[in-house]
Amino acid sequence: MTSPNRPARTLHNENSVEELWELRLYVAGQTPKSLEAFANLKKLCEEHLAGNYRIEVIDLLENPRLARGDQILAVPTLVRKLPEPVKKIIGDLSNTERVLVGLDLRPVGGKKNAPIPRGGEIENG
Amino acid sequence: MTELSSALQKTPTGIQGLDEIVGGGLPHARTTLICGGPGCGKTLLATEFLVHGTLQYDEPGVFMAFEETAEDLAKNVASLGIDLEGLIAQNRIFVDYIYIERSEIEETGEYDLEGLFIRLASAIDAVGAKRVVLDTIETIFAGFANESILRSEIRRLFRWLKDKGVTAIVTGERGEKTLTRYGLEEYVSDCVILLDVRMENKMANRILRVVKYRGSAHGADEYPFLIGDTGLWVQPITSLGLNYPVSNEHISTGVFQLDEMLDRCGYYRGSPVLVSGTAGTGKTSLAASLVDAACRQGERCLYIAFEESTSQIIRNMRSIGIDLEPWVQQDLLRFRAARPFFYGIEMHLLLLQKLVEEFQPSVMVIDPLTNLISIGSDSEVKSMLVRLIDYLKMKQITALFTSLTGGGEAEAASEVGISSLMDTWLLVRNLESNSERNRGLYVLKARGQAHSTQVREFRLTDRGIDLVDVYVGPEGILTGSARLIQEGRDRISLQQRQAEIERRRRELELKRKAVESQVAVLQAELETEEEEFQRALTEEEIAQTMQAEERESVIRSRRAPSNGGAQKNQEEA
Repeated sequence: MTSPNRPARTLHNENSVEELWELRLYVAGQTPKSLEAFANLKKLCEEHLAGNYRIEVIDLLENPRLARGDQILAVPTLVRKLPEPVKKIIGDLSNTERVLVGLDLRPVGGKKNAPIPRGGEIENG
Repeated sequence: MTELSSALQKTPTGIQGLDEIVGGGLPHARTTLICGGPGCGKTLLATEFLVHGTLQYDEPGVFMAFEETAEDLAKNVASLGIDLEGLIAQNRIFVDYIYIERSEIEETGEYDLEGLFIRLASAIDAVGAKRVVLDTIETIFAGFANESILRSEIRRLFRWLKDKGVTAIVTGERGEKTLTRYGLEEYVSDCVILLDVRMENKMANRILRVVKYRGSAHGADEYPFLIGDTGLWVQPITSLGLNYPVSNEHISTGVFQLDEMLDRCGYYRGSPVLVSGTAGTGKTSLAASLVDAACRQGERCLYIAFEESTSQIIRNMRSIGIDLEPWVQQDLLRFRAARPFFYGIEMHLLLLQKLVEEFQPSVMVIDPLTNLISIGSDSEVKSMLVRLIDYLKMKQITALFTSLTGGGEAEAASEVGISSLMDTWLLVRNLESNSERNRGLYVLKARGQAHSTQVREFRLTDRGIDLVDVYVGPEGILTGSARLIQEGRDRISLQQRQAEIERRRRELELKRKAVESQVAVLQAELETEEEEFQRALTEEEIAQTMQAEERESVIRSRRAPSNGGAQKNQEEA
């Protein structure tokens, strides 16, 4: 939540009614795969969620214990923390189509399936 | 090969019997695959491996649970007296619950399972683990689609575990034709153990088999095992031979006359005894007598009852003057009453062994053995009994088995299979005659003992068992009231004969007296005659004396002229 490289929620309130997209990318070191995954994600977010997202990159080599919280086995793993429900996308995110499906984002425009946040569904470890 | 096995380091599981089967433990710093169907005890075995590891061998462990949460896991083993939560709190066991839900996961492009490796590594570091369990790693096949990635990652994982120097157990669900559904056995080359639950006659038998153990000797048989209140319990007794020690000691049968029949000593200690007979012939009473006598000596007895409840046996035995209750209270006697069809035959064997191990009795009764036999095929039963008896002999436990026979000619023949295993065989049977049923007891055999070959009448009195010599007469053996009648008859005829003798003695006496009195009369007559004769004799003598005197006086008187006398006589003339 306290990751540096993205705008705060307040900045985008005027932009739309959509809530903030909170994404976490789990990687294990600066491998080509993880770098590619981050690049793919960044590009995709700019296209579809411009200004309405934040990405937190977690390097499991540095924080191995964080893997338990989001039940990470595969790396890279992208976790959509918000909006709920939690979604996981694994791999280098090279297949944009599938990433969009995985994130419940319509490939056309910034419209999404408007998932209703439900408090009870938060899973945690 | 032998060099290799001696060099092979082993990590004991701490599970009773299992270490024996695998020759000391699982291969050290290798991965062992435990496979089997659902509910076969894989997770329990793995959990025990970790718990015993930290408690007995001071080797902390990591449990990577793919199927259950740490709480569920702790709950499941709590009933076995394992305080998993306590061990987790003490940092001796680390449980990491791995949750995979395919519907939440979308795959795009290349990935690896480095996250799993990192979690595992951090868990191992957290407790300094020497043992690792992955239960069930195959779950990842359900969570991820790219099987080629998974396979190479699993191969990498096993290699990585080896490099880490931890001894690992991975569990795998049994597949249709393969040991595991996803062929994990391909990657585990060192040790594979198969667990199975078999349904036979609607009874569950748990089986353990070591499918493979590279570089080590191991038992290759199927070993039945139990999941009891102390966890997994397996006892490899197929390896027993015929080289157990034998005892020259004896143990009283509890029936004085029966001891007398068996070389005046009773049964050999540590030998199996078969008491067979038809229904209601007093088999249980013989068993209770043995138990009672042993408990009196302060020995522990185990009574396995397949037909009657504990209280029923105690009540019934009290009616023949054997009170078992005090022994139960002193914990010298333990009953275990169960219907034989509750378990399969191998389960029974295992349960019996478990009871023996726990209680360490010196006498054991199985009453009746025949009920146990009814639940298995002949060969199964024989195999089970051979092992049971070998085991009991090795433990020096005197075992009494009762056997219910149907009666008739075939009874002895049908028991040949069992009886050859027994050292002593008593047969109690009904002897029917005069519309009356009585019990007879024979010693059919008693190995190594001089024993009576006679049939005894076997009576249950309110003071225990009584063996009476049967009446053997010209009409065959007589028992019961026939014996009593015959004995009465004998007594009467004896009395009659005695009376006759007495009578004749008296007669003779009388005769003697009569003769004697006659003799007395004759004697008296004789005496009288003698007296008369004497008197007559005396009179005669007197008369003669007088005559002589007279003649003299005459002579003298004739001579009187010449001399005074004669003169005088002449004068008188």
